[in-house]
Amino acid sequence: MTDAYTKFVRSAPGALIAKQVGLPRPSTLPRRGDRPEPVLGPVVVLGESDGADQVARELLAWGTDVRRRFEELRTVGSVIAVLDEVSTPADLGAILLPLSGAMRSLAPGARVVTISRPAAGQDPARDAARGGVEGFLRSLAHEMRRGGTANGILVGDGVGLDAPGVTGALRFLLSARSAFVTGQFLTVSTADGSATEDLAQPLAGRTALVTGAARGIGAAIARTLAADGARLVVLDVPGAGTELSRLANELRAIPVQLDVTSAGAGERLVEVLRDRGLVLDIAVLNAGITRDKLFANMTPERWDPVLAVNISSQIALTQALLEAGDVLGAQPRVVSLASTSGIAGNRGQTNYAASKAGVMAFVDALAARLEALGGTANAVAPGFIETEMTARMPALTREVARRLNSLQQGGLPVDVAEAIAFLASSEAGGLRGETLRVCGQNMVGK
Amino acid sequence: MNDFPRDALILGGNRIPFARSGGPYAGISNQDLLTAALDGLVARYQLQGAKLGEIAGGAVLKLAGDLNLTRESALGTPLDPRTPAIDMSKACATSLETVIHVSNRIQLGQIDSGIACGVDSASDSPIEVTPRLRRILHRAFAAKTAMQRIKALSSIRPADLAPVPPRNGEPRTGLSMGEHQALTAAQWGITRQAQDELALASHQHLAAAYDEGFFDDLVTGYRGLARDQNLRSDSTLEKLGSLKPVYGVKSPQVTEPTMTAGNSTPLSDGASSVLMGSEEWAVERGLTPLARVVDARSAAVDFVHGDEGLLMAPAYAVPELLDANALTLQDLDFYEIHEAFASTVLSTLAAWESEEFCRTKLGRGGALGAIDRSKLNVVGSSLAAGHPFAATGGRLVATLSKLLHQRATETGLVQRGLISVCAAAGQGTVVLLESVAD
Repeated sequence: MTDAYTKFVRSAPGALIAKQVGLPRPSTLPRRGDRPEPVLGPVVVLGESDGADQVARELLAWGTDVRRRFEELRTVGSVIAVLDEVSTPADLGAILLPLSGAMRSLAPGARVVTISRPAAGQDPARDAARGGVEGFLRSLAHEMRRGGTANGILVGDGVGLDAPGVTGALRFLLSARSAFVTGQFLTVSTADGSATEDLAQPLAGRTALVTGAARGIGAAIARTLAADGARLVVLDVPGAGTELSRLANELRAIPVQLDVTSAGAGERLVEVLRDRGLVLDIAVLNAGITRDKLFANMTPERWDPVLAVNISSQIALTQALLEAGDVLGAQPRVVSLASTSGIAGNRGQTNYAASKAGVMAFVDALAARLEALGGTANAVAPGFIETEMTARMPALTREVARRLNSLQQGGLPVDVAEAIAFLASSEAGGLRGETLRVCGQNMVGK
Repeated sequence: MNDFPRDALILGGNRIPFARSGGPYAGISNQDLLTAALDGLVARYQLQGAKLGEIAGGAVLKLAGDLNLTRESALGTPLDPRTPAIDMSKACATSLETVIHVSNRIQLGQIDSGIACGVDSASDSPIEVTPRLRRILHRAFAAKTAMQRIKALSSIRPADLAPVPPRNGEPRTGLSMGEHQALTAAQWGITRQAQDELALASHQHLAAAYDEGFFDDLVTGYRGLARDQNLRSDSTLEKLGSLKPVYGVKSPQVTEPTMTAGNSTPLSDGASSVLMGSEEWAVERGLTPLARVVDARSAAVDFVHGDEGLLMAPAYAVPELLDANALTLQDLDFYEIHEAFASTVLSTLAAWESEEFCRTKLGRGGALGAIDRSKLNVVGSSLAAGHPFAATGGRLVATLSKLLHQRATETGLVQRGLISVCAAAGQGTVVLLESVAD
């Protein structure tokens, strides 16, 4: 799925021209199949705290080459900067500056991960240091080369760095699964969640619902969750029924033809689940549509369906699943699809952005409600992803949209799917109401 | 000693929504349509990798190259590629005949499971060359010298080059099916009002059934179509009444033409399939039987010499089926009478109500009598859904089986249902199904 421009700048003459003129030269991003190792070694763990020692021990247990300094290393695969105990901004340099000299030694597709704590509003100097980590990391992500990424994990005060959520976030960010995630922070606010038993099939024994599954990102989500061992219930509108059936046949999944905006859709879904004796551990609320128009030309015909599909249906479906009482598993995970448009806004997308910003606020509130069940809710906000939908954009707009991120290319549906698989995992129990951007650090928004 | 015959059970079905000819399925082959219907069936009943006893299918409008249409379609699905298939054909009764075929095989213990299916695309029907051109070309291919070849080809005249679309009329009378039925309707005095009312009921029943979710586990959407394209949920008697008659307009035997595009089925594209098996096989796969195939009959009438109407064969086959099973016409809980034309259904019912017909034509002591019309085509039929010829039987069997199972489960009583399908060339096939409750 390499676009024409990328093909050109990777050719010999194209590369020369691009270099001379200073055109973007996107790198190949290895995905799970290209780089199956859980972490690119050697790994250097920076920091002197107990937490840093804990992280280093965890990494050693993964069977990887772990170092505590850069000396003697000609190439570095991954860097983890543990900053959990910084108390003033002056503490940052001692831990971070050694990385400066190693930046040119980073391997293609390298990973930099900071682990720090979120500002807590108690100690001004400490919060300044904690806030500083965010600014550092987001800038560093812009400076990463050759498909490398930089992301941070914010671990709530009182939560140990050995919490399942921290290990899970590390596992995700260090792996090739996070190829299109860069410049982002994941907040682990509790020690909930449990360790993954089978790393090859992290979702084995779990049942997952994916709405809007017949094609595009939804189909990629279903395929990824199935590859991770989950049993799938795939849902889409009746008009896409045969495509849905074909996906179901491929994944041995259960197809459910349902318009999520129809009256009683939630009850119908519950009925299907009960008929089949299914209990959902994971619900991925992906069904979504666009009806772009400048707000000056906006009509109810373009506004209402977007809100109905993208957010109201999510509220109704989760409500029905919760009220049924017998169709959700012990630690349910809800993952919703937001969008970078919902974060930064986008011209011509007032309706879409309203729905997607709604999703982000919705998962935050839903996470609080699911807490009693041991569950959680989070969202993923894709940026520019290469799909049938974006393939229909005007060519020039599409070309610009593709380059407007640190990785200078569009993401793939599987990149969104990988982020969802992580948020749906048993380890992610400590992530609550988060919205994870999968956008290659799109230039717009936070 | 084997314990045969045993029950052949209907375990479920799947079809794609039926489209109007030239609609969303235009340009899609019979093979693609049938594969879509089978893919949906496989997904619904988790048949991936399953090796079935046989798949029987067919199409009425069939390209010469599609000689193994059913087998080729099945090979495109995730079913075990070692599943055998057979192509069958009997005009509009094709997939009802495939159901009977699979049922017989199961009852006799030859197979444990099977799929009966059918497909038709009026949008992609075969267009042939004239018989004269065909023979000239064959002569040219067989020629041994260039001179002979030139001689053969030089006999082609411009008129030979006109393409030949599928024949619309009965070969022996030259009349189209609609023209034939117009004669029958006139003979039985079927009014325009009665036909329009039947058509309206078909649309209303089908729309209501879709709204209730009745078709959720019978239909799988395709190419953006979620419901049958021909369905007009907002149809009214006024709208139907405003249509001009199209059949019997020029016939001297029809004084007042009554058949319109509204009370006749349109040319359609679509495919249907029915999953069948023995009780043991159903248990093994964890499938819920809906109905059992009790019996079937077929009949034919002499329409060529004007002895009987072209589409009246079911009027003869049904009494025979009922007698063989010691039932009266009124013993049935559901009647699925294929709506080729509204007047076909009404002529058939009128014949059964006629003392004279039943005495003289059927040789019975009296009329079979009227049926309770509230039990007729209760979730709509071909006038609303459309009629892709070879797919209609499969639609009817899956629909009736679900109705029987639903009602039997609700009432705890055994339910019986009749399917009656008329076919070109004066033929008809009828099937009796009985409910299997939960």
